[in-house]
Amino acid sequence: MFDRRLLTHFDWSLVLLVLMIAGLGILNLVSVTSSWVSPAAPFSLKQLSWLGGGMVIVTIICAIDYRRLEHLAFFLYIANLVLLLLVLLVGRTSMGATRWLDLKFFNLQPSELMKIVIIIALAFFFSRRDQLLGYSFRELWAPFILLFLPALLIMKQPDLGTAMIVLMIGASMALFAGIRPATLAGLGLLASGAATGGWFLLHDYQKQRILTFLNPESDPLGSGYHIIQSKIAVGSGGFWGKGFMKGTQSQLSFLPERHTDFAFSVFAEEWGFVGCLILLALFLLLVICGLNISRHASTRFGMFLAFGVSAMLFFHIVINLGMVIGLLPVVGVPLPLFSYGGTSMITTMTGIGLLLNISMRRFKF
Amino acid sequence: MNHDFQTDWPSPYTRKRFALASVAAALIFVLLLLRLWQLQIISDDHYRILSEKNRTRYIPITAQRGRIFDRDGNLLADNRPAFDVAVLRQEVDNPEVLLERLSCLLSVDREELLKRWNTGKRLPQYRPIPLAWDVDRDMLEKILENGVDLPGVLMETRPVRSFPLGPLAPHLLGYLGEITDKDLSLPEFKGYRPGDVVGKAGLERKMEPVLCGVDGERRVEVDVKGKTMRILKTQDPQPGNTLTLTLQASLQQVAENAFNGQAGAAVVLDVHTGEILAITSQPTFDPAQFARGLTTKEWRELQTNPLKPLQNRAISGQYPPGSIFKIVTALAALKAGVATPNTSVFCEGSVTLGNHTFRCWKRGGHGTTNLHKALKESCDVWFYKVALDVGIDRIAAMARELGLGSALGLPMEMEKEGLIPDRAWKKKRYGTSWYRGETLNAAIGQGYILTTPLQLATMTAAIANGGTVFRPHIIKRIEYTLNETVENTEPEILHRASLPAPYLAAVRKGLEAVVNEPGGTAWASRLEQLPFAGKTGTAQVVKLRDQIKDEKLIPYRFRDHALFAAYAPAQNPEIAVAVVVEHGSHGSSAAAPIAKAIIAHYFGLDKPPVAPQPVAPQPVAPQPVAPQPVTPQPVAPQPVAPQPVAPQPVAPQPVAPQPVTSE
Repeated sequence: MFDRRLLTHFDWSLVLLVLMIAGLGILNLVSVTSSWVSPAAPFSLKQLSWLGGGMVIVTIICAIDYRRLEHLAFFLYIANLVLLLLVLLVGRTSMGATRWLDLKFFNLQPSELMKIVIIIALAFFFSRRDQLLGYSFRELWAPFILLFLPALLIMKQPDLGTAMIVLMIGASMALFAGIRPATLAGLGLLASGAATGGWFLLHDYQKQRILTFLNPESDPLGSGYHIIQSKIAVGSGGFWGKGFMKGTQSQLSFLPERHTDFAFSVFAEEWGFVGCLILLALFLLLVICGLNISRHASTRFGMFLAFGVSAMLFFHIVINLGMVIGLLPVVGVPLPLFSYGGTSMITTMTGIGLLLNISMRRFKF
Repeated sequence: MNHDFQTDWPSPYTRKRFALASVAAALIFVLLLLRLWQLQIISDDHYRILSEKNRTRYIPITAQRGRIFDRDGNLLADNRPAFDVAVLRQEVDNPEVLLERLSCLLSVDREELLKRWNTGKRLPQYRPIPLAWDVDRDMLEKILENGVDLPGVLMETRPVRSFPLGPLAPHLLGYLGEITDKDLSLPEFKGYRPGDVVGKAGLERKMEPVLCGVDGERRVEVDVKGKTMRILKTQDPQPGNTLTLTLQASLQQVAENAFNGQAGAAVVLDVHTGEILAITSQPTFDPAQFARGLTTKEWRELQTNPLKPLQNRAISGQYPPGSIFKIVTALAALKAGVATPNTSVFCEGSVTLGNHTFRCWKRGGHGTTNLHKALKESCDVWFYKVALDVGIDRIAAMARELGLGSALGLPMEMEKEGLIPDRAWKKKRYGTSWYRGETLNAAIGQGYILTTPLQLATMTAAIANGGTVFRPHIIKRIEYTLNETVENTEPEILHRASLPAPYLAAVRKGLEAVVNEPGGTAWASRLEQLPFAGKTGTAQVVKLRDQIKDEKLIPYRFRDHALFAAYAPAQNPEIAVAVVVEHGSHGSSAAAPIAKAIIAHYFGLDKPPVAPQPVAPQPVAPQPVAPQPVTPQPVAPQPVAPQPVAPQPVAPQPVAPQPVTSE
């Protein structure tokens, strides 16, 4: 049953990239938490165990031919949608947002799951037909609904960051599938109209974040604090950085969320431009690697699937970094593989597993 | 899904899209990189400074204030360490419990402590919240013993003023207090910050730049909660410069004691230099109270006391000089040639001018009177008669020549000018011409004339030294700590009054007779061993009602002021003394004995010297110490000065009330 060829086609370089990035993340975590009053298990060890768990997930996913997902796509999508609805009905509320389902032994976050499921669903949709002229309006309503139903549910939680990621994954996949120029222009107009309208649908704290992003100094102790402190941390790192465990911004706790969403600022402060250059290169390689797997996939479904995963990684990276260095508003998006957190690790590793899966089955025979 | 995988998969169309996607991803990464370049390399310095500012705090270390000595090297104003109890709020998990414990140890109300805690919370996070100021030794030890149960509690030392000789010359030395908003706006207080302690009165205020020293500071690294992580650098404070005064502590003590509770002022000058040997204003106050921090009650008492203990009467009290002014009238008459020492007048007890009668103090009259007798017995009629011929303008000119009618430029707040009226002044002030009757009043030092005790002493010194008016000064020497230079004050001659020697000699003979001849008004206060010269004065108060602001018409208020001006010895004088006893009734009985006591002490004629002994040896406070955590560590607290003057049962107010010196 097991095809030995699968092993020979295994993409070890991708695994190496993942381990390098995660390794840097754990090293960074050691520095961030060095001065903390230690909990039962140190954060770095916990993260290491998440990484281990992630590798297990990767292995399991690789064992199953991804092409089977094609048949499960519809079911997965519906199931996830139900979970999202359940979140709104009986979800656990924490810090003003209802994002979790309490499953006794762990808290499930269906919106995270949706990032993967929407990729599978859209890959299924777009793979069925190779529209050489590009999709037109009339052909796009189905993926449009596929995309916006979960996005709206997630936005309702509220979780703007995840909703945006879902929308961006969908949009990039549609673009990749091809859209007629006239349709594209129409959609562009529609999107800008929706953005203007959407402003009024945003929660106050979300509006505040965007306003603060535009002028962080207007509220230096409130919502502008994150951006200002993060920029100080990154900027004061300079070319060579302040040195491992020597970043004053993080060691003296001026940086908020420095082990999760703002982990990169700590890294930038301690390792400087040189460190950032290396980390960014690794991330770019990761994305390119994903695109490459997509390009060489043996099926259209695999191609779209791999592209979707690459897009997911890419948007996570860009939105997180953009936020940390003050190019984008503060939205709670973690840096894949680098930020502390089990949920993000599992989602990312599921994606990586899919990529490896597609890669090792790139030859049909 | 039938594709020819070898040739057509993926389609060139799709390949193009892959290329596009890759390039787009790479471009966006380049954009991120450019932003990082901008932050980390172009604005590198900007953010580095911001991160420094983030983590460093400057904690000022108060400098030791300059010490003040008397002319013989007796320490008048020193520094002692005051121990404050403060709490670092980040280390307190349960303020309720902590305040409860401290309330017991400090014997301060829990509510009061809570109030101070809440007030203190307005301070920046990294500054400890002060809860008790200047705690005494016992409490200090109790708190040190209980250190383990008092997390976050610190002892902070700061220097405060101490007065080794007790409350000596408090008006002169002045006191300190928290800077007011008004002072902050003055150019002389440029660079001061709210909360700074500055001189509020006396020399402490006027010599603030000399005494204040340079505060040091400690640069500490703090975390986001403001908890101090470590000390980065300490800049030691620079102590203030040392002042040596012309004052003589023992003489000052004698002068202060001589008043025996009466209100008034005395000034003693060296007639050859203008040095102030003693200067007192009564009643007085205890400057140690200010150093400790006044309670509201104490402050209100000082403010509402009708005798105004905070006013420095020696320089800001303005009194009609009374008969002392006859010296001026006599000299003016002699100089103008309208009288000679032999000019004789018959005193019947009064003279009449128009329809107004001017009385001599002696109703029965002095009979035939010449200058000598007129001064000696203080006959008013002689001066009434002479004054009409001299005229007010020449009297006023002589008064000014002798230093009256203008401020003498002491480095103190609120020095008053006094008032020497003449025709021009009256025209300007009231728009009316001068009446001849007013000249008569002026001739005996009544009417509009006002002088300060300092001016009277200065004038007397000029009479004693042959006519030289020195600018009275109090600062003998300033020793600058920084460059170890010394600045001595040289005697400054304001001007020389032209007093022909024979006339001056005649007046001085008269003044000598006042004390040393039977029948002289100060005969009772003579010193057998050391003849001195002087002139009594009694200033009517009732006529001056419009000069008195406080209109409480209690009998005490109606009594005349008693004055006496003297120089000693009568031949080759060395010192000049002016004494005013408010509502003392008679210069001869109330003021002259005080001058006598001063003179006797100066020349060593009093009984065993009453040189004041230091109340308690005061070690100079060492460098202010870093706040020490209250843990039973071997590091002992600063050597505590044996408890200063009095134990302090009262908790001081966090903010010293703002004293006002003027009336």
